[in-house]
Amino acid sequence: MEDKPKNETIVIFGATSAVAQKLAQLHAQAGDTLILVARNKDRLNTVASDLLTRGSPQVDCLTSDFDIIQDHPSLLKIIEEKSSNISKYYFFYGILPDQKECEASWEVTHKALMTNLLSVMSLLTNIANRIEKETNRGLIVVSSVAGDRGRQSNYIYGTSKGALTIFLQGLRNRLHKSNCTVTTIKPGFIDTPMTQDFKKGALWATPEKVAQDIYKAACKGKNEVYSPSFWMVIMLVIKNIPETIFKRLNL
Amino acid sequence: MNNYRSWAYIPPLEQKAVRPSWLDFKFEKDAKSLLPYGNARSYGDSCLNSEGLVIDNRSLDHFIEFDTEKGILRCESGTTFSDILALIVPQDWFLPVTPGTKFVTLGGTIANDVHGKNHHQDGSLGRHIRYFELKRSDGKKILCSPNENPEYFNATIGGLGLTGFISWAEIQLLKIPSAFIKVETTAFHGLDEFYELSEKANSKHRYSVAWLDCASGGKQFARGLFMSGDHANYDRKEKSAIREPKISIPFNFPQKVINRYTIRAFNALYFNKNKLVSAGKTTYQHYDSFFYPLDGIGNWNRIYGSQGFYQYQFVIPSSERSTMEHILNKIVDSGLGSFLAVLKEFGNLPSPGMLSFPRPGICLALDFANRGEITLKLIEELDQLVMEAGGAVYPAKDIRMSSKAFQQYFPNYEEFKTFIDPRFSSDFWRRVSGR
Repeated sequence: MEDKPKNETIVIFGATSAVAQKLAQLHAQAGDTLILVARNKDRLNTVASDLLTRGSPQVDCLTSDFDIIQDHPSLLKIIEEKSSNISKYYFFYGILPDQKECEASWEVTHKALMTNLLSVMSLLTNIANRIEKETNRGLIVVSSVAGDRGRQSNYIYGTSKGALTIFLQGLRNRLHKSNCTVTTIKPGFIDTPMTQDFKKGALWATPEKVAQDIYKAACKGKNEVYSPSFWMVIMLVIKNIPETIFKRLNL
Repeated sequence: MNNYRSWAYIPPLEQKAVRPSWLDFKFEKDAKSLLPYGNARSYGDSCLNSEGLVIDNRSLDHFIEFDTEKGILRCESGTTFSDILALIVPQDWFLPVTPGTKFVTLGGTIANDVHGKNHHQDGSLGRHIRYFELKRSDGKKILCSPNENPEYFNATIGGLGLTGFISWAEIQLLKIPSAFIKVETTAFHGLDEFYELSEKANSKHRYSVAWLDCASGGKQFARGLFMSGDHANYDRKEKSAIREPKISIPFNFPQKVINRYTIRAFNALYFNKNKLVSAGKTTYQHYDSFFYPLDGIGNWNRIYGSQGFYQYQFVIPSSERSTMEHILNKIVDSGLGSFLAVLKEFGNLPSPGMLSFPRPGICLALDFANRGEITLKLIEELDQLVMEAGGAVYPAKDIRMSSKAFQQYFPNYEEFKTFIDPRFSSDFWRRVSGR
C-alpha cells in the first residue's frame, strides 16, 4: 500500500473476530506494532503468536469486557501507556442477536444495543477527545449494511448499526478540521463463526476479502465503504423502495 | 447441497459440518461419528463422513512459532501449504515434501502422509514431522513425536484422520537458495527409456517426475517427458512472488467435451509442444509452476463435468516392469485414460506411518472421466494386476477399492485399527473395513 506510513502502531478492539484477525495479519505483514483488545485471554495469545510469526515486531494483548463502560477510561489509559503514537483505532466487536429473542425480551435488545452501539460510542467519545488535538489519526469502525434500512428479520441489530453509522457521520464531520479520518465499514454477509448457521450463497464474502477492503479503506482514510463493493448497488436499491411498498415485503 | 464434498465430485453425498475457530473446541456429543476435514483435495470418500459430522479445520490456521534459524515451523492443523509458503519462502525455507497442489492443510497432508517429486531422496512427509498434538474424543490430548507416544505418531501419519483430531504440528523445513528450481526436461519413448532416465536422475537430483501420454498406442506408446530439478540460486528479487490462479473453470464442462479424441489430441499437443520448447534444455522455474502447475487453473476438476471423474494412483515394485507395461496397454486400449498421467519412481526411505502409501517402486497417477460401469470395470481390473504385483493403491485418491484389496495393500491394517478413536470414522473406512 503506497499511502501507508511505515511502522505504525495500531489498536484493534475485538481483535479475536474472524475479520479482525485477517486485518491484523495485513498489518503484521507490513511490520506494524499491534495492540489487541478482546475478552478472552487465551484466544488473544493465539492471535498474538500468529501475528508475531507473520512479521509484527511487537504485539500487546489487553483483556476487557467492552460492556463495562466505566472501565473504558482506564483501558484507554493503559493503551496510551503502551504507545504514545497510535495512528489507527479499529473497532471490530459486535454481536448478532436473535431477532425473535429481542422481540420477546427487552434484556436481549438492551444487551445488543449496549455491545454494538453504546460501548463503541463511549470508547469513540473518549478517543475523539484525546486525538482531537493531534492530526492524521484514523478511526475505522465496522458497521453493517443492516443499518441502512430497518426490516423485520433483524431490526434490532439493524438499529444498533444504523445508529452507529449516524454517530460516525457526526464524528467524521467534527474531526475533519483536526485532519483525523473516520471510516465506516459496511460489510454484507461474511462467512464467519458469527454466521455459522446461515445458508451461504453467492452474496457471501470471505473474511480475507472484507479484511482487504477494510485495510485499503483505512490506509486511504475513506469515509463510508461497502464490502464487497457490490453492496453499494444493492443497498441503493433497497434504500429507495418507497416505505408503503417496503412495509409489505417479507425481508 | 453445501460445499462439503471431495475433489472428484463423486459421490455427491450431503455432509454435515462444524467449523471450529479455536483449538479448545469441544467435539459434538450428538453426532454418530466424527471426521476431520481439511481443504477437500482428497479425491474420493476418505474425507467424507455421511453418517455423522465432518470437523472443518480451515479456521484453525494460526501460526504458533517459526524458528527462522533452524527452519522449524509450528502451526495449527488447518494452515494451508499455500499460507506456509507465503511465510517461509521469503525467508529462504521450503516445505520438506509437497504434493502437486499447495491448497492442502497441514493436518490433511499428515493424515495422508503425502509424497512429492523428492520421494527418492527425502521420503514422505511423515519423516519431516517433529511433533503434533492429537485431540481425542475422550478429552485426552496426546503429544506425539518419533520418541513420545510413537505408536500414536505412527498410526496418525497416513492414518486418514481416524486416530483423532490433529490440533497443531511442527515441521522441519528445507533451506533453499531462492524460490527457483533448475529444471532439465528430456523426452522419452517407452518405459525402458523412462527407467534409465529415472535411475540416472534419482542419484543426482532432489526432484524427478515424468509426464506420460496414456492415450497413444503404437509407435507413440508410453512416450513422455521426464523432468528433474534442484533448488537453484537464481533471481533473488522475485522470490517472494505469490501467484494467484490466472484462470478459473467457472462451471462444470458438458461431459462430451472430454472424449477419446480430445484427450488424444491434447496429449499429442502437450507432448510435441514441450518436446519442442523444453526437451533437452535447462530452465529456471518458479516453485509455483514447477510444483503446482494445476493450481494455476482454479477448479480444474470441473473440466470433467458434473459426473466427476476417478483418479487412480498405484505403486508396484520396480522389478514388475512387465506388469507396468501390461497396465499401460490396458489403459491405452480402453481409451479412458486422460490428460497428464504422472509417473514417478519412489525411493526406499521408510515412512513412520503404519498406513503410509508410498513404498519402493514405480508409481503412476492418472484420471479417468466417469463413464459409469466401463470405467469402474477397468479400474477393478487394474486393481487385480496391482494386487498380483504386490503393489498398493492410494486411499487419498480412491472411492471404490474393496476391503479385500485395501487390507492386502496395507498389511498393518489390524495393528492400525487399535489406534482409531472410537468416535471417528469415514465413508472410506466403513467400506474398506467392511463395517
